[in-house]
This record gives sequence, structure tokens and C-alpha cells, in this order.
Amino acid sequence: MPLQFNPQLGADGKLKHLLTTEGLPRAMIESILETADQFVSVGDREVKKVPLLRGKSVFNLFFENSTRTRTTFEIAAKRLSADVINLNINASSTSKGESLLDTIDNLAAMNADMFVVRHAQSGAAHLIAQHVKPGIAVINAGDGRHAHPTQGLLDMYTIRHYKKSFHNLSVAIVGDVLHSRVARSGIHALTTLGCPDVRVIGPKTLVPTDCERMGVSVFHDMYRGLEGCDVVIMLRLQNERMTGALLPSAHEFFKSYGLTSEKLARAKPDAIVMHPGPMNRGVEIDSPIADGRQSVILPQVTFGIAVRMAVMATVTGA
Amino acid sequence: MQLDAEPLLAELAQKIGTLPEDTAVVGIHTGGVWAAEKLHAMLGATLPLGKLAVTLHRDDFSKIGLHPQKKATDMPFDVDGRHILLVDDVLNSGRTLRAALNELFDFGRPASVKLAVLVDRGRRELPFSADYAGATMTLDPSQELVLKNDNNKLRFDIQPKN
Amino acid sequence: MSANMTKIEINNGRLIDAANKLDQVQSLYIEGERIAAVGNAPVGWKADKVIDASGKMVCPGLIDLCARLREPGSEHKATLESEMLAAVAGGVTALACPPDTDPVLDEPGLVEMLKRRAGAIDQARVYPLGALTAGLGGEKLTEMVELTEAGCIAFTNANHPIVDTVVLYRAMQYAATYGYAVWLQPEDAHLARGGIAHDGEVASRLGLAGIPVSAETVAISTIITLMRDTGARVHLTRLSSRLGVELVRAAKAEGLPLTCDVGIHHLLLSDRDIGHFDSLYRFAPPLRSPGDRDALSRGVIDGTIDAICSDHTPVDDDAKNVPFGEAEPGATGLEMLLPLTLKWAADANAAIPVALQKITAHPAKLLGLNSGVIAPGSPADLCIFDSAAFWAVTPQTLRSQGKNTPYLRREMQARVSMTLVGGRVVYTA
Repeated sequence: MPLQFNPQLGADGKLKHLLTTEGLPRAMIESILETADQFVSVGDREVKKVPLLRGKSVFNLFFENSTRTRTTFEIAAKRLSADVINLNINASSTSKGESLLDTIDNLAAMNADMFVVRHAQSGAAHLIAQHVKPGIAVINAGDGRHAHPTQGLLDMYTIRHYKKSFHNLSVAIVGDVLHSRVARSGIHALTTLGCPDVRVIGPKTLVPTDCERMGVSVFHDMYRGLEGCDVVIMLRLQNERMTGALLPSAHEFFKSYGLTSEKLARAKPDAIVMHPGPMNRGVEIDSPIADGRQSVILPQVTFGIAVRMAVMATVTGA
Repeated sequence: MQLDAEPLLAELAQKIGTLPEDTAVVGIHTGGVWAAEKLHAMLGATLPLGKLAVTLHRDDFSKIGLHPQKKATDMPFDVDGRHILLVDDVLNSGRTLRAALNELFDFGRPASVKLAVLVDRGRRELPFSADYAGATMTLDPSQELVLKNDNNKLRFDIQPKN
Repeated sequence: MSANMTKIEINNGRLIDAANKLDQVQSLYIEGERIAAVGNAPVGWKADKVIDASGKMVCPGLIDLCARLREPGSEHKATLESEMLAAVAGGVTALACPPDTDPVLDEPGLVEMLKRRAGAIDQARVYPLGALTAGLGGEKLTEMVELTEAGCIAFTNANHPIVDTVVLYRAMQYAATYGYAVWLQPEDAHLARGGIAHDGEVASRLGLAGIPVSAETVAISTIITLMRDTGARVHLTRLSSRLGVELVRAAKAEGLPLTCDVGIHHLLLSDRDIGHFDSLYRFAPPLRSPGDRDALSRGVIDGTIDAICSDHTPVDDDAKNVPFGEAEPGATGLEMLLPLTLKWAADANAAIPVALQKITAHPAKLLGLNSGVIAPGSPADLCIFDSAAFWAVTPQTLRSQGKNTPYLRREMQARVSMTLVGGRVVYTA
């Protein structure tokens, strides 16, 4: 079916689920970022809680293990006073047992109000969102290679925080773009917010086919790709991709595409360096850069909680 | 219909009298902050002005949803053990006040809280009363009292509720 | 059935058969299993039964080069009974079924049983394709001579590419010894490994692992090279790409005994239609770009592609209501082959008689049948349809047990009103 409807939006145009940053109206992304502003300070209070989701049940449904991401969603939900139920369901138990939608039906019968879903298959969150009854919100916490929209939004929040506006920015996304849902969500959010220059940097084996059609320019030479950049987003390289047919070795990858002070010198002097974590020091990024003055990797984590709170509050509000 | 709010402020300041040492003035966004800024100066408060945004504690969230706004809570002093003078423009149902107290208590445990309002409309839905009121006014429930800031001159507009 | 010498007369229908330059309202006379005359009644004719086909078209019964009946092994998806009824309801009077059942059709006994079961149901004619390798495992050749004696009309490894090129080479050599046709799905197992969708803009955007066009072209190039060496007669099944069509066109120009078909969905849909991960659009081979789709369409029109098939694959809901990458590829198609082919003809500006040839006379020739035409002496396998009638595709209107198709809840134009096999009315709407 052609892209004639947006499964994230209700008939009233409001956000019902967050599945991808692609196709989100610009005003809606901006509204989420502004809402997040209100939540940033909540973390500094003696009582780090507001009652917006009091009495709501949020199910963290992780079919793919990720303690870190699950924890950030858990903190976000708890700061909104929701009840949080964590479920780690590894793929092997579902493959011989219950189907994905049966699992969802069962949990929905326990009066779930929100599902935060991570799944190894692209499109799993869409499937669930189209299946649940009205009133249940689905937040995609990462589906295969497809999307990780809260990460994309927190990256936008971080960029906006340091650079104020997107209008004259050059943003480079570096590394394993092919397998990266973070890259896809970032690209769509950046182009929607009016960022005029989004660059993708990586070896041909790790850049998706027809990547330019997403509105980016592709570079295979990192020095050229970083020229004059305001923002550098480094992607995580999964261990299993470091050796084999995609790359010969982590060492050689670092040589060409690892962020070092030498390469970063090509970007603007005030360029910020981001990474979704967890970092592979010495593979994607040199330690002095990760810990250096241009790194905003830890603020990303802090903002991530506020952005996830904003997303949860937005999909829950009428 | 309009109503000059400046005399109400003077009246209120007079009723409060001298502000005890160690008392912080805290306004509730938006009108309460305007009133609090003026009272802060009139009463010669020494601690910086506090501001409360109550959106995250509203009880009508599930009905009207969340709207992003620039107004943010700002507590530039330690709330614990502090005497607080809470300022709002209008006291009506008391629901905003409930949300404001919840928000305030997220920052610590104040020694005491007193409430000052420009106008008490007296149609309470919760058990609150003002310690100081510039005026008490009975209005038809269909009417709304909205504080406007016109070049730092405060006035009330009485308008039909929308 | 040999005793059946019933005389049937079909009047007022528009007879269509491009092979016999037939496109006019005429009467058709059937005696027993065969067509007795076209236009003028044979001398001394007296009909036992008269069928009025006013306002309808009468064409040869459809011949489908690929219909999965799911028996044996997957009766929860479909049964022989349900799919044979679906066939005749779609005007399909003969079909070839691939050997990818469970167990695989790699032994004469299994083929005989299938023929016997289909014969007992006695509706559409069933032509089994035998497995090219045992268990479709790509290692050991099957007993092709015995399988042919049991009723197999050609040999294929279905959608299981033979990884070992030596085995493919030997299989083609061996089949060529006896002149058997080898049907091959051109897909390089390595290039397609783990792939879910056409490697292009859509797969990149949706984060679906891609199957590059080179998976098809590498396989076709290999097959063509081995054809030159072995002299094997090869039929390529389900072409999917523009470059694939070009390779076939060149091989045909070279004079190689190569034929090919395309699935009807690949002529009408592209990867864009996947939308938000709609698993009804998962196919094997994958739906490719709109440019590929248009090139396939041109290939059908210029004759590079010999036939259109339904690639009928009943898939149950449980196998579709899962994330796109876990969904089973394929769609039900027997009952939509006629309307979708006519829809394609309208979209591609192809004349109806020309389009109908691609699902009648041409596939008949590929199967070595003398049907697929309207001529005296040929089998009275016929489809009478109303080209103006609309019908809705719903789980209730579909006879097939497979209810999943991209056209679910959509409207179809052209409805079969009657199907005859061997002079017998096997379906009436």
C-alpha cells in the first residue's frame, strides 16, 4: 500500500504512537523538543517526579536485549509516575512459542497503557501499533535497522541545545550507516527540521543502496566529509561486523573512519561530537575525543531522559 | 470590561505589611509571576524571586493533554525549611494552587506557605483560603478574569469564558 | 469419460483466441471432450445443451505455470479440494504445481498420488513439476526418467537455488540427455542470503536487508553459460528485474532454447507498495523498483517474457501477521489471474487477445499441451467471463484457502461466469 496514511497519527492529527521520525510533521517534532525543555529540570529536583502518568502501566517489551536503552525508558516512565513493567523476551522463546501479536494481546489484557518495544525485525513496532486497540500507545525503542526515533529526537534536542537552529548546519553521520536505525532516524529528523546539509560517511560496504534518496550526500573520505561540519554523529560498530566480508578489521576501520583529533580538526572549531552509546573506544572514536571539550555524549544521555518523558507525555495526553 | 490591578497590588502589599526575614516570594505562572515581581520589589524581599510552572502537575492532563511552553519552574534558592509567600493573580477553584503546592514540594519541605492573591473569586472546589487578598469579587461562572500585562501596568480583563 | 459424446453449443459469446486470429461473436460447438467447430455448426448438429454467452467473452481456459496446492504437508494453508475449486473459479483449466511440498515431489510414488488425488477431484488438469534434486537439497539428482513416467512435465528446484554450480551443471546435462525441460528460479543463493526486499531506496529507508538485482543477473548469466555447455532446455521462472529481462532477450537472440515467465504481481506492483511494512507485499523474488516493473511489462509485450502466471501461494494469517522480515512470501492468485492480467493489459496498452495469450496459448506451448486455443479438435477447455463485471476480493469471495493478497478488500473487474474442462462444465458462477 502506498504511503497514504501515517500510522503514528490519529484522525485528529495528534501523535498516538512514536514509530519513526520519518513523516512526522515538523511542528510535532518541535513540540516534542519544547515539551522536553520542561522535563530537563525535573531531574535536578529533590523529588524527581511529576504525576502526569500516575496510574498508567508502561510495559517495556524488549525482544532484543539492551539494558541501557531499557533503563532510560524506565527512568523516564518512573519520573512521570507511571508503573513500569520490564519484560525481556529473547527471540528463542518466542520462536518456539507464542507469536508476537499473541504476546501483545496477553499484555494488553493486563490493561497496559503503553508499550515500549525493541525488536530485531524492522517494522515490528508498526505491526504492533496497527494491532493494538485505540488508547494503547506504542513507542518504538528500536526495530531492526529501521528506526530508533527517541534516539533521533534526543539527538535533535542535543543539537538544538548547542547550536540553537538547524538552518545553517552541516551534520555528518559517520560509520555503519547500513545497519543503523540511529542514522535513519537522525537523517529523517534533520531533513524535516530544515537542516540543509546532512552527510553520511562510511565505506561502501556500510552505506545503504540509494542512500542519497534520503536527502543526504555520501562521502567515503572522512577528511573531506568532515570539512566545515558543525555536528559529528558517530555510530556504533557492532562487534560482529568488525571482521568478515564488510570490514577486514576494527583496526583498519579506525584508521579510515575512527574519529581522531586529526580528522576532527577538519570540522568547525566549535563542532560538537555525539555518539548514541555504548562507545567502542579506539574503534569509532579516540578516547581523548570522547572525553574532550567538544564531546556532548554525556549530555545526550541526560537529555535522552527528558525527550523520552516528552514523548511518553505527548502520546498519553488526549 | 477592564479593572486596574495596580490599586489591588498596593492593597495587597499593605495587608502583607513587612515581609519576615528569610521569606521567599514565589509567583505562579503566568499572572502570578507578574504580580509576584511587583510585590517582590514593593516588599523589599532579599531572596531572589521564585517561579512555578504547574503544567506538569495539572489534574486535567488526561483531558487536555500537554502543551509545550516556554514557562518553566525556577527555584533559585533552597526550599527546605524556607518560609514561602506564594502569589497568584486569581484564586478560584483552588486546583491551580493544589498543583502549585505539589510542584513546590518536589523541591523540598518549606517551613510554611502563605498565599497572597490579587482577587479572590470565592468559588472553591478544594479546601483552600487566601491569607491575603487584594479584593474579593463575586462573578458569574460564565465570566473569566484574566490578568494582562500592558507595558508593566497590570490590569484585569473581565471576559466571557471560552 | 470416453463415452461422453455430449454436444454443447455456446452462442452469442465473443470468442477470443489470438493464435487463431479469433476475436468476434460466433458460436462454438463442442462434442465430447473436444471443440467440434467454430462459427458454423457441423452437419447434422443437434445440441444436447445450449449455453448463452451474450455479453460475455469466451477464451481458452487459463493455463497457470505456477500454482502451489500445498498438498501434501501444508493442509492448514490449503488443500487440493480448496485450490482446485479456486482454479476453476478463476477460469484456470490447467496448472503446473511446483514440487516444494512436504514431502517434496521427488519420488514417483508421491507424483502418482498427487495425480490420482487431482484426478479424483476432476476439475482443473494438474501437471506436476518434479524436483530437480532430492528434497530440493541441491546435492543429489532425482530419478527424472521415472518421475517423467509418473507424470512430471519438467524439473525444478523451485525457490531453493542450487548453491553448488557443479550440481546445477550436472542436473542440466542429465535433463538434456532426455530432452527434459529444466525450470530454474534465477537467484544466486549467496547474494540473496538474508535478504528481504529489493535492494534499493525503499529497503534502505525501511531498514530491510536487500536482495540486489545482481542476485538475479548473476544466476541468469551462470544458467545461460551452462546452457551453451549442456544444451539444456531451460525455462526461467518469475523474472523480477530489468537487467534480467535484458539478459534473457540477448540469450533468445542468440538462439538458445530459453523461455521465461513472470508473476502477475510483479507486473503490477513495485517495492514502493510495501508502504509501512505491509507483509502482503512480501514476495519471492521481491517486488523490485517501478523501473523494473515497467521493464517486465515491456518484456511481456515484446515477447521476451513468454507467459504470465499467478504464482499462487496460499499463506495462512499466522504466517503473515508477523514482522515483514518474518512473513512468508507469496499471495493467493488463481482467482485473480484473469482480472489482474486484464488490468495489466489496460495499464500497459496491450490488446486483450494478446494479453490472454500470455495466460493461455503461450503457457500451453511451454507445457507441451495442445490446449490454450479455440480450434476444432483441441480440448474443450474454456473460460467464459464477463469483462465488465466487478467483484470484491474478500475472504468470503475467495475459494482458495489462502486469503492473503495485496488485493484483499479491493475491487476486481472481470468475473468468470463459467469454466469448462474437457467439454464438462466444472464451474458456474
